[in-house]
Amino acid sequence: MKKRVLAIALVTAMVGSMLAGCGGKSGGSEAGTDAPAAAGGDKVVKIGVYEPASGDNGAGGKQEVLGMQYANQETPTVEIGGEEYTVQLEIVDNESSNDKGPSAASSLVSAGVSIVLGSYGSGVSIAASDVFKEAGIPAMGVTCTNPQVTEGNTHYFRICFLDPFQGTVLANFANENFSAKKAYILTKLGDDYSTGLGHYFKEAFTALGGEVVEETFQEGNSDFTSYVTSAKNAGADVFFAPVSTEAAALIIEQAAAQGMGIPMMAGDTWDSNVILNAAKGKDVEIYVTTFYQEGGNETFDNGIKEWINGDSTAKANNGGDDTISAVTAMGYDAYYVALEALKAAGSTDPAKVNEALWDVSYTGVSGAIAFDDVNGDALRDTAYVKCANTDTGAWDFVTEQGVN
Amino acid sequence: MDWMSRNLPYLMAGISVGGQYALIAIGYTMVYGILRLINFAHGDIFMVAGLIMVYSTTVMPIYIAIPLMILVTVILGFLVERVAYKPLRSAPRMSIMISAIGVSYLLQNLALYVTGGLSQQYPAIPWINDTVTVFGATTKRVTIITPILTIVLVLLLVTLIKKTKIGMAMRAASRDFETSQLMGIKINSVISFTFIIGTFLAAIGSLLFFTNYTGVTPTAGAMPGLKAFVAAVFGGIGSIPGAVIGAFIIGICENIIKGLGWTTFSDAFTFALLIVILIAKPTGLFGEKVTDKV
Amino acid sequence: MSTKKKTAWNVGLIAGLLILLFLLEQVMPSSSMLFTVLKKGAIYALVAVSMNLLNGFTGLFSLGQAGFMLLGAYTYAILTIPVEARNSVYQYFDGGIIQFALPVPVALVAGGIVAAIFAYLIGLPVLRLKSDYLAIATLGFAEIIRAVFQWDKLGPITNGSNLLRNFPSFRSVLFPFVVAGICIALIVMLINSTYGRAFKAIRDDEIAAEAMGINLAHHKRLAFVISSFFAGVSGGLLAMYQTTIQASMFKSAMTYEILLIVVIGGIGSVTGSCISSFLFIACSEWWLRFLDNENFYIGGFHVPLLRPGFRKVVFAIVIMVVVLFYRQGIMGTREFSVEGIANFFKRKFGGNKKKKGGASHE
Repeated sequence: MKKRVLAIALVTAMVGSMLAGCGGKSGGSEAGTDAPAAAGGDKVVKIGVYEPASGDNGAGGKQEVLGMQYANQETPTVEIGGEEYTVQLEIVDNESSNDKGPSAASSLVSAGVSIVLGSYGSGVSIAASDVFKEAGIPAMGVTCTNPQVTEGNTHYFRICFLDPFQGTVLANFANENFSAKKAYILTKLGDDYSTGLGHYFKEAFTALGGEVVEETFQEGNSDFTSYVTSAKNAGADVFFAPVSTEAAALIIEQAAAQGMGIPMMAGDTWDSNVILNAAKGKDVEIYVTTFYQEGGNETFDNGIKEWINGDSTAKANNGGDDTISAVTAMGYDAYYVALEALKAAGSTDPAKVNEALWDVSYTGVSGAIAFDDVNGDALRDTAYVKCANTDTGAWDFVTEQGVN
Repeated sequence: MDWMSRNLPYLMAGISVGGQYALIAIGYTMVYGILRLINFAHGDIFMVAGLIMVYSTTVMPIYIAIPLMILVTVILGFLVERVAYKPLRSAPRMSIMISAIGVSYLLQNLALYVTGGLSQQYPAIPWINDTVTVFGATTKRVTIITPILTIVLVLLLVTLIKKTKIGMAMRAASRDFETSQLMGIKINSVISFTFIIGTFLAAIGSLLFFTNYTGVTPTAGAMPGLKAFVAAVFGGIGSIPGAVIGAFIIGICENIIKGLGWTTFSDAFTFALLIVILIAKPTGLFGEKVTDKV
Repeated sequence: MSTKKKTAWNVGLIAGLLILLFLLEQVMPSSSMLFTVLKKGAIYALVAVSMNLLNGFTGLFSLGQAGFMLLGAYTYAILTIPVEARNSVYQYFDGGIIQFALPVPVALVAGGIVAAIFAYLIGLPVLRLKSDYLAIATLGFAEIIRAVFQWDKLGPITNGSNLLRNFPSFRSVLFPFVVAGICIALIVMLINSTYGRAFKAIRDDEIAAEAMGINLAHHKRLAFVISSFFAGVSGGLLAMYQTTIQASMFKSAMTYEILLIVVIGGIGSVTGSCISSFLFIACSEWWLRFLDNENFYIGGFHVPLLRPGFRKVVFAIVIMVVVLFYRQGIMGTREFSVEGIANFFKRKFGGNKKKKGGASHE
C-alpha cells in the first residue's frame, strides 16, 4: 500500500513537472544563458547550432562549433533593422545519429531560433531538414557535403563544396599523382556522407579508366585488420576511406601495424588533428581534400589559436592542441554569413532571413561565399589537398585543385 | 607461400579477436551458469576498463597503470553485482535482467559524460604493441600473444574450478542454486567471486582488445560484448570450454566472411550461425540438456 | 459499477483526451516540445504494448521488436514515396524498381503485414526455444534483418544503407494517437478474449496450459505474429514521425529501450506501458534537457557538473532507481481505470468502508 501511494505520488510529481515544464522550459533556459550575455543589449537574436557533440562525428562537430563560438565572442552583437541585438548561440547535440537528430532539431525550433547552423555530417542534416522546413526556419549547412542536403529545398543552404565535386577532385588527384589504376573504397553503412562520397569517387575514378573494389563496415566495428588485408590482396594503388575520424584513427593504426604501404586518401572529415595524432610517427601516407589550409588567413589563425590556448574547455574540445581544422574555419565563416543574412533581412523573423539568404555574399577566411539560386549551394570550385606529415604531426599543403 | 601470406592475416586476426571474445565470454557464461542472468553490463565493464587505462596512464607509468586498471575494474564488477543484482535475488528473472540493461545504460552514459563523447586513444603498451612479421604477414605482437594468453588463463581457471574449494562451491551453485545453499555454501560470496573472476578476465581482454583496436568510445563494449555473449550461447552457456571454443569459431568465421568480401554481413553471420546451432542443438554445442520439471 | 457504465466512462475519457489534444494544438505553438513528446510517446506506447503482449501476457521473452519495426518502417516508406521523388531518393539506384505509391493507411497496414509474415517465418524455428535462448535468437534475427536491409544488392528496393525520405508524414498529434489508440484497443480486446486467457495460461505454466488442451505452438505463434504486426505498424508510424528512416537506427539499443518502457510501466499492464512510454520519452527528450546546458543558473548560482551528456547520466540513474526500488513498475499488473481510481479514492477518503482489492480491476 505504501509503495502504491509512493508510485502514484511519483507519477503525480512527474506530471506536475511536465506542466511546469510547459511554462518553465523556455524561461529556464533563457534565464540560464541570459545571465552572461545581458551586458550587450536587451534584444536577443538566437542562432541555433545543430551539431554533433558525441557519437561518431563528435570530435568534428565540436571543432566546428569552436569556430562559431570564437566568431560569437569576437562579434557578439549585430545590428538588425537599426537596432542592436545580442547574438545568442543555442547549441544542441544531435549525437551524430539520424534518429536522435530530429528531436534535437525540434528543441531548437521550440527555443525560437532565427536561423540554424549545421550540421557536421550529412545524414543528420538530411534527417532534420523537414523539422526546420515545417517550422519555416532556414538552415545553413557548414560542412555537410552530400547533395541531398539541399536538393529541392528552399530552406537549406550550405557554404561548402559538394561531394560530386570533391569525389572528382580526389579521383583526379589519385590518377595524376599515383597513376592509380585500382582503388579500394571503404565506406560505412548507413552514413550518407560516407556512401555518397564513395559513390562519387567511384564514378569519377572509373570514368578515368580505373577499377575499384568496394567494401563496407557496420557501425560499431573497430576491427579493420581484415579490410586492410583485403586492400593489400586486391592490389589496390590507393586506399580511399571517406569515414568519420573515429573510424579513421583505427584504420590508420591498423594499416600501419600491417605495413599496408599504399597511400590513403579521404575527404574533408579527415582534416582533423585526430588523424594527425594517429598518423604521427607511423609509416603511412595520407592525403585529404579540404576547405581551408592553415595559414590562409594570419589574423584568424593567430586569433583563434590564442583563444583556444587561453580557454581550457575550448582546447579540450579541439582535441587537446591548437591545430586549426578546416571545419573550425568553416564554422567561423558560417557565423558571419548568418549575421550578414540577419542584417540583410532587417528582422529576426526566420521567413525574412530565409528570403535574404539567397542574395547574401560574404568573403570569409575560407574564401568567397555566395549561394546558387537553385538549391542554395555555395559556389565553390577549388579544394585544397593536404598531406599528413608523420614527423611533425602537421598538415603539409600539397596543391589547390579544381575539377578541370 | 603466396596463398599463405595472402590469407594468413585473416586467420590471425580471427584467432586474436576470438581470444579476446573468449576472455569476455567466460564472464557471461559463469554468471549465467550460477544466476541464470544475461549480464548485459559485462560488455560495458570491458569498455570502462579501457577508459580507466586511458585516464590512468595520463598520470602514472604504464606498469602501475595496468595492475591498477585491473584492480579498479574488478572492484567495479563486484560493486555492480552488490548494488544492482544482489537486492533482486528473489525477484523475477526479468527484473534482474532489466537491472543489467539499466547498469549497461548507466555505464555507457557515464562514459559519454566523462569522455564528452569523443573517442579516446588507448595508450600504446611497449613490447606487445610492436610490429612483428610471421610467415610474411605483418601484425602487432599482441595478435600472437592473445590466443596463447587466453588458453593459459582458461587452463588456470579450469584448474581453479576443478581443484579448489571455492571452485567446488561454484560448481555446486551452478548445478542447483537452492540445494547448494542448504548445504552450507555461502552463496553470496560464491557469486561475488564469480563476478570477480569474470571482470578480471574482461579487464585482461580489454587490455588486449584495445591494444589492437585503439579507440575507446562509450559504445566500444557493446558489439564485442554481444558477440562474446553469442559465443557463450553458441558453446553452450554455463560451459567454460564451450565459451572459449565458441569465441574462437566466431572470431575466425567473422574474419573469413570479411575476407570473402561479404563485409555487410560479418555481424549478421555471427547471429545466423548462432540461430542454426540453437535450432539444431537448443542448448549450444556443449550445453547440458535441461528437462522441464513438472 | 456496471459494465455498461464502465464502457461509457472509458469512451468518454478517450473522447475527452482527444478533444483536449485538439484544443492544445489550437492553443499552443506547434513547435512546442510537448507535441514532439506526445507524438513519439504515442508511437512508443503502441510498440511497448505490442511487446507487452508477448513478454507480459504470453511469457515469450522476445527481443526482436526493433527488427519488426524496421520491416514496418521500410515497407511503409518504400510503398509511399511519391513516384516523382523516387529519382532523388534512390539517387544511386536510378530511382529504384518500385514505381508506384500507395495511400498512407494501406501502406501502414502493409507494413504490419510484412512484419507479421516475417514473424511467422522466424517463429517456425525459434519459437521452440525457451526463455533466454528465444530472446537471443530473436535479437539475432533483428540484427540479420538490419544487415539484409543495408545490403547494396537490394538497393533498388531498400536504397541500400542510405536514408529513405520524402514519404508522407503527419503534422497533427491526433494522427498517431488515433492510429495507436485503435491498435491498442484491438490488442486489449484480444487480451480479454479466449485467446488472451490462453496466452496468460501459457505464461503462468506452460505444462499446465498444455494439459488443459491449449495448443502451445499455435498460440505462441499467434501471439508472436500479432505482436509483430503491431510492431510493424508502429514502425510505419515512427517513419512518419521521423520523416527519414534508415536501417542503422533500428539497433538492439532500441529494443532495450522498449523493454525498459514495458518494465517501468509494469509487465502485464497495458495502461502501464502507455503511461511509462510517455514518461520515458518526455524524460529522455525534453524535461532533462536543461541538464545539458553548461550555463545553467539558479538565481545567480552556477550549477556545477552540467554539460552535454549529464542529462543521460541522470536519466540512467532514474531508471536504475525505478528498477531497483519499484520492481513492479508504475502499474504492476494492474490497469488504470475509472473504477480503480474511484475505488482508490473511496478507500482513502471514504473512511470505514470495507477494505477490498486494490486500485485494480483485473
